[in-house]
Amino acid sequence: MIEATPTRAGSQILGVDGVRGSEVVTNEQVAGPIDSSDEWIRSRTGIVTRARAAADVTVLDLAEAAAGRAIKRAALTPDQIDAVLVASVTYFQQTPALAPQLADRLQTGGAAAFDLSAACAGYCYGIGLADSLIKAGGATNVLVVGADKLTEFVDPTDRTISFILGDGAGAAVVGPASRPKIGPTVWGSDGSKAGSVGQNLDFRQAVATGVWPTLRQDGPTVYKWAVFSMAAVAREAIAAAGLTPGDIEVFVPHQANLRIIEQQVKRIGLDPEVIVANDIVETGNTSAASIPLAVERLGRDYADQGSLGGKLALQIGFGAGLAYAAQVVELPNTAIPIERKSRG
Amino acid sequence: MAKDKSEVLEGLIEIIVDETGLDAAAITPDKSFSDDLDIDSLSMMTIVTLAEDRFEVEIPDDSVKDLSTVASAVDFIANA
Repeated sequence: MIEATPTRAGSQILGVDGVRGSEVVTNEQVAGPIDSSDEWIRSRTGIVTRARAAADVTVLDLAEAAAGRAIKRAALTPDQIDAVLVASVTYFQQTPALAPQLADRLQTGGAAAFDLSAACAGYCYGIGLADSLIKAGGATNVLVVGADKLTEFVDPTDRTISFILGDGAGAAVVGPASRPKIGPTVWGSDGSKAGSVGQNLDFRQAVATGVWPTLRQDGPTVYKWAVFSMAAVAREAIAAAGLTPGDIEVFVPHQANLRIIEQQVKRIGLDPEVIVANDIVETGNTSAASIPLAVERLGRDYADQGSLGGKLALQIGFGAGLAYAAQVVELPNTAIPIERKSRG
Repeated sequence: MAKDKSEVLEGLIEIIVDETGLDAAAITPDKSFSDDLDIDSLSMMTIVTLAEDRFEVEIPDDSVKDLSTVASAVDFIANA
């Protein structure tokens, strides 16, 4: 008879951290090729600057830096990590995956490692998978990394999405808990809208034409989905955790556009006093990295009030696919002092 | 069956006022959403979606660009 793996009551996020590209790119720097202006970009997106990485910095470099910091915050050592999940859409090889190389660089001692492709929803997909793995007994400490160097797919003349994009990586370590500190993940997809955001060419077309693929989006369509459909998903995730919108203390949505975030707060029915992540303003949209980076920034922004640890945070990732995932989590201790140094 | 245009106009104005803070008196049928009311494409999508819910109609994303004036939106909704 096959014996079942012992299960666990819950899981928790033990530490979150991240790194941004080291170059601060202003609206003026990106406005020219799209015949735009600082005012137009600010009013449409809320973005003032975006963080972009140097040419020689790879998505693996960004992932390694973020992961190392998150493991320190979790007060663990790399050899205690037994699964590594990397969410990224900007790694160039179909195979081998990024995650095993990251696990090796971190010296995890051979952790299970795989990539997942869910674009801007990737981090929340990863947190949901980590929660399930830990509760099912498949892993004990799971490293979830969202890493994207979106500038590899930027067309400076594109008015639909390129000017909002940045580079960065964020990571969380998820471990066991005696009670659930990660709520049920509400996730899904709508492939009927696959064409509304993503690469404009697949790699075979790129090779055949000699044109490098870049990202495009149908802004109004994605906006409508992100505001109204995602507000419903968010409310579902809150209810699945046995809570009401008024119970949410921190809102950490994917940092796609400040206008979307402001509408989501309204449509979900969150308390007007809720702490809302707005890392988009300085970092831009970093896809899978944006939610952990936003948590990292909140930790610094609220450092004078102590830790955000234990606060109930709603996080929701949504983007290309279209794919989405949302869950309510108890934030980890964000007050652990750690040397700040951007990478890239 | 076509909806009463004056009722649609009244409801649409309420939505626009709620979303933009504009004075209701400034929102007349002849006004252009972008040129006169300074409503950009994202605000327009919010207004359209709220109108879909309120009037129980479907306004395809592709059709939104054709709704240049308040009157054209009223006509579309009334006849949808």
